[in-house]
Amino acid sequence: MNFVALQMLLGDRAKYLGLIFAVAFSTFLMSHQSSIFAGIMRRTTSQIMDVPDANLWVMDRKTQYFDEVKALTDDDLYRVRGVPGIEWAVPLFKGLPRAKAFDGNFRVVIMMGVDDATLVGAPRNMVLGSADDLRRPDAVIIDRVGYEFFFPGQPYELGKPLELNDHRVNIVGIYNSSAPFQNLPVFYSRYSQAVTYVGRERNQLSFVLAKAAPGVSDREASRRIEAVTGLRAATSSEFGWQTIWYYIDHTGIPINFGITIGIALVVGTIVAGQTFYIFTLENLKQFGALKAIGVTNWRITGMILLQALMVGVIGFSIGIGMTAAFFELTKNVLDLRGFSLLWQIAAGTGGTVLLIVILASLMSIRRVLVLEPAIVFRG
Amino acid sequence: MIQGVAEISPGERSPFGVLHGRFEESAVSCRRVTKEFVSGDNRTLVLRGVDFDVSFGEMTLLVGPSGCGKTTLLSVIAGLLDPTGGNISVLGQNMDELSGADSILFRRKNLGFVFQQYNLLPALTAAENAAVPLLAAGVPRKRAVDKASAMLAELGLEQRLYALPSQLSGGQQQRVALARALVHEPRLIVCDEPTSALDHETGHAVMELLTTVAVREDRAVIVVTHDSRVFDFADRIAHMDDGRIVRTEASEKAHFPATRN
Repeated sequence: MNFVALQMLLGDRAKYLGLIFAVAFSTFLMSHQSSIFAGIMRRTTSQIMDVPDANLWVMDRKTQYFDEVKALTDDDLYRVRGVPGIEWAVPLFKGLPRAKAFDGNFRVVIMMGVDDATLVGAPRNMVLGSADDLRRPDAVIIDRVGYEFFFPGQPYELGKPLELNDHRVNIVGIYNSSAPFQNLPVFYSRYSQAVTYVGRERNQLSFVLAKAAPGVSDREASRRIEAVTGLRAATSSEFGWQTIWYYIDHTGIPINFGITIGIALVVGTIVAGQTFYIFTLENLKQFGALKAIGVTNWRITGMILLQALMVGVIGFSIGIGMTAAFFELTKNVLDLRGFSLLWQIAAGTGGTVLLIVILASLMSIRRVLVLEPAIVFRG
Repeated sequence: MIQGVAEISPGERSPFGVLHGRFEESAVSCRRVTKEFVSGDNRTLVLRGVDFDVSFGEMTLLVGPSGCGKTTLLSVIAGLLDPTGGNISVLGQNMDELSGADSILFRRKNLGFVFQQYNLLPALTAAENAAVPLLAAGVPRKRAVDKASAMLAELGLEQRLYALPSQLSGGQQQRVALARALVHEPRLIVCDEPTSALDHETGHAVMELLTTVAVREDRAVIVVTHDSRVFDFADRIAHMDDGRIVRTEASEKAHFPATRN
């Protein structure tokens, strides 16, 4: 009878395509918006995740998220280094100077200053040049977004000059950065240089990057740093999630995306449910005939669920394919980098679509189950 | 033997206690059958103590004015409605003794239906429509469609096996419905106004087919009809009025003289 169920579904092209469209549209909206949301949230942690050398981030105890820091004292760095179980600790500076090209093009940029001696925290994903060249005077490494903004249409080339708050710097490397939340260009230089590009404050140290000694877990090292220094210490992952939760709690981003995803869910369910119900109503006599002929209620329930599942699988495939195609087509657009379809989102959307088609079919199943087969004798 | 369809030797008792063969008593036996419909405070007594018998090898017409209870009696006999009172035996099976699931299984194995509006599935071809009872019984699709195609060929539709119902005339659709009613070799065929949607000539042809193909020694056919033009095809005519059988007439013609004697 599966064949009969599928033929019944495919036979009514208009409703079949309507059902597919409803589920595909719903799938696309849910998976696309969830992916963009996840991408934006990941962007808030991009500078944290771009530092693979250090496992621990040490900061002021009141720090809420990455983009809002209160500078530490130089003594704090030495105190962290003195904590038992810490293999090494280095300074990290983060500031927002204004960069200007010699054609007058200017933009606020994110300036990261890494330890002069070790260059811990320097970018790894180089397109051109080497992180070691940061040791040269007035050297900066710039991400592709920054390079293409300041030198539009020009091939990647090292040695080009820029001004950072009236300080002349030379580009010694170009790298692929993870997209930052504000989509600003990200520059790297040595710590001692970076602090001079930004207006002087009494304290300059944004973060201390540290690594736990062999045999000491990151969590234990964090606990020890906090106990000894009174500062806050977190693993990269913890600090990343803390930053994400800050944005979730303090911005309208999740509400906006949540509304869109909710609408997709409701519209998908209502349109699919209504269309499916009308489809069932129009086939009520046929279902009655099947019941009269001796098809059981269980079998008819199975037929309706099979029809719903078929619609769900095809609609989901089209919708998720549209989402994947969108991210595939935009993966080389610099401003859209970092957005992708995560498997967790695809799986979650699949589960939700299953829920949609089951909800959509429930009314139809109920209608058919209470149907008196004797209806077939009423002309 | 078709999978899922019971094949019972003459005299053998089926899982439902159905005796098979010419030695059996009536195909259908109704005794003091009542049926009352209740809707809120309204109670409508549609069947008022019906006594009715249908014999094997016969086509029995159930006739009477609109609202007299013909279709309700047919539904009760077919197990589509439960009677309010009385006793019904179909093919030797006391219908009271069947649970809901057994009743469905009994219907699937032993009954064939022909409806006034055909009730063919619009997305299935003629052969697939005719195969539905076999598919419902779990017969593999190819075997079911092959058997249904053979049945349609017997009914003169060998050129229209792959046509959709919308591509068939009313008479052809009713022949497909007839094939669907016969394909699983049921022992009781129930027909509700099979000619009322057809013109005289087509209705006549359908009744001729019904007489020649459906009526057999070990099978009974009940036809509810308003159409007096088809009375000539009947072996027996039961007249209903106001929820009762008021008169039964036997026809002179005999399809299976051996069973009549």
